[in-house]
Amino acid sequence: MALKDKYADRIQHHLSKYPETRSAVMPLLYIAQEEYGYINDEGVAEVAEILDMDPTQVRSIAGFYTMYSEKPKGKYWLQVCTDLACALNGADQFHKDLKEYLGVEEAGTSEDGLFTVEHVMCLAACDKAPMLQCNFHYMENLDMEKMKAWIEEKRAEYQAELDKANQ
Amino acid sequence: MSDTPKILLRGDEIENLREIDVYVDNGGYEGFKKALQMGSDGVINEVKAANLRGRGGAGFPTGVKWSFIPKDEPVKYVAVNADESETGTFKDRLIMETNPHQLIEGALICAYAIKATAVYIYLRGEFWDVAHELDKRIAEAREAGYLGENILDSGWSCEMYTHLGAGAYICGEESALLNSLEGYLGQPRVRPPFPANKGGGLYKEPTVVNNVETLSNVPWIIVNGADEYKKIGTDQSTGTKLFCVSGHVKNPGVYELPFNTTFRELLFDVCGGPRKEGTSFKAMLPSGGSGPIVPLTDEVLDSPMTYEDTAKLETIIGSASLIIMDDTVDITWVASKVIKFFRHESCGKCTPCREGTYWLDKVVDRIMAGEGRERDIQLIDNVAKNMQGLTLCALADFAANPIIHTIRHFPDDFMQHVKSDEELAAAGD
Ligand SMILES: Cc1cc2nc3c(=O)[nH]c(=O)nc-3n(C[C@H](O)[C@H](O)[C@H](O)COP(=O)(O)O)c2cc1C
Ligand code: SF4
Ligand code: FES
Repeated sequence: MALKDKYADRIQHHLSKYPETRSAVMPLLYIAQEEYGYINDEGVAEVAEILDMDPTQVRSIAGFYTMYSEKPKGKYWLQVCTDLACALNGADQFHKDLKEYLGVEEAGTSEDGLFTVEHVMCLAACDKAPMLQCNFHYMENLDMEKMKAWIEEKRAEYQAELDKANQ
Repeated sequence: MSDTPKILLRGDEIENLREIDVYVDNGGYEGFKKALQMGSDGVINEVKAANLRGRGGAGFPTGVKWSFIPKDEPVKYVAVNADESETGTFKDRLIMETNPHQLIEGALICAYAIKATAVYIYLRGEFWDVAHELDKRIAEAREAGYLGENILDSGWSCEMYTHLGAGAYICGEESALLNSLEGYLGQPRVRPPFPANKGGGLYKEPTVVNNVETLSNVPWIIVNGADEYKKIGTDQSTGTKLFCVSGHVKNPGVYELPFNTTFRELLFDVCGGPRKEGTSFKAMLPSGGSGPIVPLTDEVLDSPMTYEDTAKLETIIGSASLIIMDDTVDITWVASKVIKFFRHESCGKCTPCREGTYWLDKVVDRIMAGEGRERDIQLIDNVAKNMQGLTLCALADFAANPIIHTIRHFPDDFMQHVKSDEELAAAGD
């Protein structure tokens, strides 16, 4: 189903906030990303059509901001803050250990498709380092013990879903 | 310190302050009701008299900013700056999480004073959860009759909305914020016209842009009066300030204190001193990544944390985001971290900023890798100095600061990584 039908209420809400429709481009890109998992051509075309904008312009807006993803991500998109204040409290090492544990390179996704790890700039939680943002929600005061437990929990959940689907 | 009223972080003491009923039971929206009695000029004069200065970093007098808005324009806006992306800054988030109605009320008073038609709260995209919570609080305010048509029978109508950014530090710069809100690339605009002028604001209409913390002070000022507010702090730095402390202290966090508190009181009495036994404080960035670094000498520690006293130390209090480093830290590494931030966040519109941050990052990396020469230090100092004062916005100046001031105060930290001129001469290079 097209975005404009499936998310009609939310789209209408955003359009009603602004005197000029173009202002809704950012909220609509979030909706497109939610639907397709990343900013794909289809999402860009639909947003452009709803707002009566040129698709190239919509694409350039998406490209300007780091929270719009131009590639598919794992189910859990882990953005670790390695900026100065966090780095003073071990964030660089934490980021490295996390990648190693999951066997991924920077911005890579684990083999099971579940986890993408990348580093980002300050997330305004500098007193709670190391911290990260997982699919736009914060996880704070972390260490590798906590992360390993959390990762294994998510893996088990995923396995249980697969098992159920295969029954 | 202890008898100073808490103006902003009342959520620590009052349970569920974020809910409108609790907020109203504790004096909430009294400031707004009083403002409607005082009229536009009355409100603007009171905020001017209180000498409330902008908490977003620049410290511009808030009442003066409001008085620039033309009276006879039919459409006007307030844009609340909740972009909070400066490294080391995490105070606006806390206000919005624990005391959201005070921000809503402050923004409403501002909107009423300039007779704005709508308020947009621009939050950094990462504040996804905060924005959705704030939407609920705005709905509560509307339900209670503080937003919408003919508010409390005043004849004035106003709406309030949140808008989420999507990860770009530059959108905290006020004109970039307005572009982003309009659905354009978040890049700064050429000024004049300024946001307060016709042609320069949101949708080209006169617009006030204020920080979250700035506006959250306003209800208290209206209720208690400018004279009471001026009793806190100093003449030039009135009221309380939220200080964000991170890095190598025992108790990092956000603390609300009067401006004339000293760095020593904050860092030792409140934050418990250095994090690790056997270390001592070496350096501080008092305003996140963007302000000049200072060594934590006794002179600095005993200085009050005001606009005027930090200027004497050749730094700024700015957003009061104190990043503290102990004596285990290599300041060259600090410079490399901060320059990477600005290289990443430069919007690319001005050549000195785009190219300058790129080269500074490259050469600092080379120095860190042990491949630098003494003259590379001179080189980055020159590059940084040539980036200042030439660009559309202050980001290029911010990016020059970490280089110029780290080299100035901590030359040895740089020298230990490079081959000195004598070594090179001896090697026949
Ligand atoms: C590169 C850059 C980034 C900025 N980021 C922020 C920010 O995240 N939050 C903020 O309130 N002000 C920020 N500012 C300052 C704003 O441009 C503006 O001065 C401020 O929102 C005005 O509000 P105030 O007078 O209440 O401080 C930034 C300025 C620059 C140049
Ligand atoms: S100084 Fe830098 S961030 Fe500011 S407008 Fe120019 S290029 Fe963009
Ligand atoms: S430096 Fe990591 S959240 Fe601020």
